[in-house]
Amino acid sequence: MKRLIDAHPPGPRRRSYLDGVRAAAPIGVAALVFGVSFGVLARAAGMGRVAPVVMSATTFAGSAQFAVASILGAGGGLATAIVAAVLLNLRYGPIGLSAATTFSGPWWRRALSAQLIVDESWAIAQQDDGRLDRHLLVGAGLLLLVCWTLGTAIGAFAGDLVADPEALGLDAAFPALFLALLWSQVRERSRLLAALGGAAIALALMPFTGPGVPIVAASLACLVGARKPS
Amino acid sequence: MTAVWISVIVVGLATMVIKAAGPLLLARRTPPPRAQGALEHLAPALLAALVVTQALGGDNGGFTIDARLAGLAAATAALLLRLPLLVVITVAAVTAALVRVVS
Repeated sequence: MKRLIDAHPPGPRRRSYLDGVRAAAPIGVAALVFGVSFGVLARAAGMGRVAPVVMSATTFAGSAQFAVASILGAGGGLATAIVAAVLLNLRYGPIGLSAATTFSGPWWRRALSAQLIVDESWAIAQQDDGRLDRHLLVGAGLLLLVCWTLGTAIGAFAGDLVADPEALGLDAAFPALFLALLWSQVRERSRLLAALGGAAIALALMPFTGPGVPIVAASLACLVGARKPS
Repeated sequence: MTAVWISVIVVGLATMVIKAAGPLLLARRTPPPRAQGALEHLAPALLAALVVTQALGGDNGGFTIDARLAGLAAATAALLLRLPLLVVITVAAVTAALVRVVS
């Protein structure tokens, strides 16, 4: 991890919120451009200008928001849109569990900090031992929240200036980020097994379930670690 | 109230509750060693599932093979060469963009 993210100086120095912001900067660019495309798509789907921006600032979960916009836009109905979005976001159940001991303080502060968990901020905060760095998570989450919401506003209010994120290859940046962060975690054999198991479960379910379900089911692969207390 | 605002409010509240559940329910106790072992293996399992679904997922479920896969292959090469994270991500995006220009 320290080797991969060059913004981190070597050594056991405590990470700051600013380290999280720096580490998330490249993926923040992608979040901004995808935010613009969400704003454009949501407006074209009849969601207006303000609602998409409010949604980005509160729901703060890209794939679920794209699902709501495209389902409502295609006339798919309110219930379908809500169920699809909640299914997509169920993965934040197991992701939140893995971050359960990361936050401290009174309940409202833990609940508020947990809102900054998105796939990317959670991935960036990973330590090699499977724990999460709170400062990295909060710094990265705040930057991504700003980029995503700002991008949505630009798309919803000034959608004509858009760049197409796929033409820029930005959709390939996300799997690359997750692979890079996985890379430094699988030196230990049991973690490699968990990763292979998670990938296999996701691959097996993808053709049969809606998006969202494969990731939730893949979390079961963590049980390979249950027989090896550390 | 319109369907749009109902969906914004319901999805927003549901997502907030889901995200906060783990840190609220578990924060004050230390889980037993076996559960702790499983929790420490959640990250690689979820990261691997995210790699697979983000690289191969289609818009409506199922698989879509496209330029993202070339980007992921380039990212793998960059990781084998021990290049830093920023370079890995950039290489993936540029590769996918070039494949789309050519194809």
